[in-house]
Amino acid sequence: MAIRSKTFRESYYEDIKLFQTIWIRVWMVIFLVLLATLPLWGNPYLIYLINLSCITVVAAIGLNLLVGYTGQISLAHSAFIAIGAYTTAILSSKAGLPFWICLLASGGMSAAVGCALGIPCLRLKGLYLAMATMSFGVVVENVLITWDKLTGGVRGIHVAKISVLGFPLDSDNKLFYFLLIVTALVILGIKNLVRTRVGRAFIAIRDRDIAAEVMGVNITAYKVMAFTISSFVAGIAGGMYGYTMGYIHPEHFTVLLSIQYLAMIIVGGLGTVLGSIFGAVFIVLVPELIKAFSRFLAFLIPALKGQYNEEWNIAAFGLLIILFLIFEAEGLNGIWRRIKTSFKNWPYTY
Amino acid sequence: MEHLEIKNLTLEFGGIVALQQVNMKVRKEEIHAVIGPNGAGKTSLFNCISGVYKPSQGDILYENQSILNKKPHQIAGLGIARTFQNIELFRHMSVIDNLLLGRHHRFRSGPLSGIFFWGRALREEIAHRRKVEEVIDFLEIEKVRKKVVGTLPYGIQKRVELGRALAMEPKILLLDEPTSGMNVEETEDIARFVLDIKEELEITVIMVEHDIAMVMDIVDWITVLNFGSKIAEGTPSEIQTNPKVIEAYLGEEN
Ligand SMILES: Nc1ncnc2c1ncn2[C@@H]1O[C@H](COP(=O)(O)OP(=O)(O)O)[C@@H](O)[C@H]1O
Ligand SMILES: [Mg+2]
Repeated sequence: MAIRSKTFRESYYEDIKLFQTIWIRVWMVIFLVLLATLPLWGNPYLIYLINLSCITVVAAIGLNLLVGYTGQISLAHSAFIAIGAYTTAILSSKAGLPFWICLLASGGMSAAVGCALGIPCLRLKGLYLAMATMSFGVVVENVLITWDKLTGGVRGIHVAKISVLGFPLDSDNKLFYFLLIVTALVILGIKNLVRTRVGRAFIAIRDRDIAAEVMGVNITAYKVMAFTISSFVAGIAGGMYGYTMGYIHPEHFTVLLSIQYLAMIIVGGLGTVLGSIFGAVFIVLVPELIKAFSRFLAFLIPALKGQYNEEWNIAAFGLLIILFLIFEAEGLNGIWRRIKTSFKNWPYTY
Repeated sequence: MEHLEIKNLTLEFGGIVALQQVNMKVRKEEIHAVIGPNGAGKTSLFNCISGVYKPSQGDILYENQSILNKKPHQIAGLGIARTFQNIELFRHMSVIDNLLLGRHHRFRSGPLSGIFFWGRALREEIAHRRKVEEVIDFLEIEKVRKKVVGTLPYGIQKRVELGRALAMEPKILLLDEPTSGMNVEETEDIARFVLDIKEELEITVIMVEHDIAMVMDIVDWITVLNFGSKIAEGTPSEIQTNPKVIEAYLGEEN
């Protein structure tokens, strides 16, 4: 008979399971049930925020794969999201193609461009790589503005309403499930990827590229692969964004967005899927919490009434990020890991 | 039969000649030591063999085929593994993952099957984990198998690095100062492992080593480098009495 304890596992398969203790699985189920029933009890604004979080989570995972796992910094992420969003916009509104073709094409188009960018960037590292990818982002932004026959230029472009099996997803409530499922699939896929051969090669390149090569990793191929997969995921996020917003514009995809995504994965935790999720949700939700908190302050201290404006919000937000960089290098994921270790078998402690 | 043959190898960095016309023959399943004072070119020789440095002249034959124009990852794929003088482990990965990376080129599954993680990718992952556990048993590092490498003590890290190279199931193993910084007991452990690697695993070992007592004990053949040139070669007892070697190297220590 097998004995179960914290350290003993029955087989190698047990070692590689995603959710390793029964309690982690129980909590996962509770969390998923709450999430799945959200449209029944949540208010519309909350659902809108969760929708936004889903898109952001997907894009952040894509960036973390390249920056956090493989150690290749990129400021072109907004460009890949844009390529995905515009691909979906054009294919859905001009060609009337179904959503799954649009999404896959968005990923494919971004991946192709990402692969093409990855090859000349192979020899670049650190700041030089940041500069090169940033320039690429600016180029894409300009292409979106000037190629107005295809992209609508500065007027932007509409994205057709998405319909699944003839059933139109025309409200945030209906989009919610669609976005949730796509996000779950991306999380699962990338989680699988990073715990198998390819993911190990990515981390090896990040930690010690020469050793990785001498151990048999073709680092040229794997760096390009990291660029390609990261862009693919960004493209999917772009498609999701297009469908959710219904209208996109070049200004949605500036270099600032790339920087914001970098901030997200740093705050969440570099080189972890869970960190990308935390960071993305954090960036989407925290401004709302700050807003609510300032309203609460104004309620307590009437003199503060009317003093609040968006700038305070941005400043508080920036401060939070700086505090993270100083005090919690491992990001939200580091905090989570500590909580988890103390709760691993909660409510039973051995 | 020669397992590895170095022919007239010359390596230059700008003006510095790190290796000059070096010739060396390594027979199958022997333990071959490369010794010499600091800066003699021992690590550079290893870097040439594993494809990290490109020599300006000469040739390197592995099983009678030139590997001079091959990339490091291709050379690894052919069966040449190595450790580094200064530990080059993947610090943020666990011991198991480091060893699994050593098996990288033996995997067949690509990114797509990784993403879906069904069928082959899953079976492959489990099969390789089994192999890695064998290496872990062999090197007696069971206790740390799940630990993140960066948190382990130096001596254990050295052993894990040896494990990563062994996980590749190489035909030739290059060890660059495997016992540097170790105490007597740890050094004896490594000596025992190296003998087992030769005898049980039937792997050819080429090692750079400063511990002369250990070298004399376990190796079959010694090549001595000084200022990038080979100054002597032979069995341990021949080297021990070679006046050139005593002058260049052994004399320095006594
Ligand atoms: N990457 C490099 N660039 C310039 N010089 C190098 C490089 N690697 C080694 N050398 C030089 O080559 C010579 C041999 O070094 P090395 O092979 O490390 O010696 P050993 O391992 O025998 O102590 C030294 O003079 C060293 O400075
Ligand atoms: Mg050296």
